[in-house]
Amino acid sequence: MKAAHYWHCFVGIQTREWLRFWQQRTRFASALVRPLLWLVVFAAGFRAVLGISIIPPYQTYITYETYIAPGLCGMIILFNSMQGALSMVYDRELGSMRVLLMSPLPRPFLLVTKLLAMGVVSIGQVYVFLLLALLVDVEPPLWGYLAVLPALILTSLMLGALGLLIATWIKQLENFAGVMNFVIFPMFFMSSALYPLWRMNEASPWLYWICQFNPFTHAVEAIRFSLYLEWNPMAFGITAGVTVVFALLATTGFRPQRTKILGGKPA
Amino acid sequence: MTIEARNISFRYGDKPVLKEVSFTLTSGGFHALLGPNGAGKSTLFGLLTRLLALQQGDVLMAGQSLKKQPAEAMRKIGVVFQQNALDLDLTVRQNLLYHAALHGLSRKEARSRGDRELERFQLLERANEPVRKLNGGHRRRVEIARALLHEPSLLLLDEPTVGLDVASRRGLNDHVRRLCDSDGLTVLWATHLIEEVRPEDRVLILHEGKLLADGAGHDICEAEGTRDLAETFHTLTGAG
Repeated sequence: MKAAHYWHCFVGIQTREWLRFWQQRTRFASALVRPLLWLVVFAAGFRAVLGISIIPPYQTYITYETYIAPGLCGMIILFNSMQGALSMVYDRELGSMRVLLMSPLPRPFLLVTKLLAMGVVSIGQVYVFLLLALLVDVEPPLWGYLAVLPALILTSLMLGALGLLIATWIKQLENFAGVMNFVIFPMFFMSSALYPLWRMNEASPWLYWICQFNPFTHAVEAIRFSLYLEWNPMAFGITAGVTVVFALLATTGFRPQRTKILGGKPA
Repeated sequence: MTIEARNISFRYGDKPVLKEVSFTLTSGGFHALLGPNGAGKSTLFGLLTRLLALQQGDVLMAGQSLKKQPAEAMRKIGVVFQQNALDLDLTVRQNLLYHAALHGLSRKEARSRGDRELERFQLLERANEPVRKLNGGHRRRVEIARALLHEPSLLLLDEPTVGLDVASRRGLNDHVRRLCDSDGLTVLWATHLIEEVRPEDRVLILHEGKLLADGAGHDICEAEGTRDLAETFHTLTGAG
């Protein structure tokens, strides 16, 4: 197989994902309602309770909306990735997965490309969200919108791979409600998405350490810092490292017989 | 292309599904894989398409091992699955382009091959319609056209007529037989419907994971001392 084959395959998978996105654009628009509610309603209510001092990457006092916006970007990717991974293994995407796996190209390449393609669609949503966030005065520097892109790609690949890993290997979590309760909510709440970790440390040191061990925390921080044009090697490094590990595990450990791709019940 | 399956056994946990299955498919022939539901047909298809990993035995496609050279083998196989594997909201052409890209074809090449196949299948004028608007028989034809885009030598069809009416079933079956003649395509057609099999076809009868018969339909009937395939099938499998 030559490089050109890989390229055509890569482009083909991306294209299909965009076509699907375009077909279902109303569904994707409604998926923006959740983070916007958090931003507009939750943040407004919470702002009064929570004071935020000046912490990096911010150089002045910031509103609570400004603080949680990067976390909500992470949340959009988190929900999409989990939903996407489940659909690959259990429902809507089964047909396309069968076709995908008939490709002669190596399976890890196909799966990573598929996860990236789904990620690109999530990232599109993140940008729409950030544009709407301007209405509540979340105004990162202009170049931040570009600088945040690598962090968004890494985050979407990391969470997509995690979703695929969970969907393939943990049978108890084959429905979205299960994943929401046992994966999405714990990852989201036990992270720096909603509150800075130093406040968490004041409240409960052990909770602080759980947050530190949560890779989502570092993904959110990578998004936050790059959005404000600050370089955070630790957050970036951890996110990249975890992404590589998850992607390797999820794609090399992928077994169609553990899914519904074959048809019938998973073994 | 000659396909040789050697001693394939497969188990899900403790449950054996295929037991020492061996057969050879001859180049350019129509082969019917006949078996009642639960005989192991889909498992065999899973193994031939690499959705399941071989546990024991091997499959040689024109001498190349599915175990050792999977990519080479996969390039030679076209598959039509039992369940629909088309994106219903995308157009016929978009579905074909997706498949072609997965096989590393450039967009230009994919388009010309796609149009050629659609024309042959009399579906070219519907190329820009969403698949959802097509009836079951036409959708199946699109799936076959798609499976042929990368010019495979072996076409695997897993109960392709499920859910179709009698006329569409017959049409599809005739269509695939013509492909054997015109393209020299080797075909393995799995079914549990006797009426889709002709006496002169090579027939493989699978039952409870074992290959009970392998040969031309009329030869099998003669050996079993039965009048027709339906009776043979009934005698061998105890099914209707």
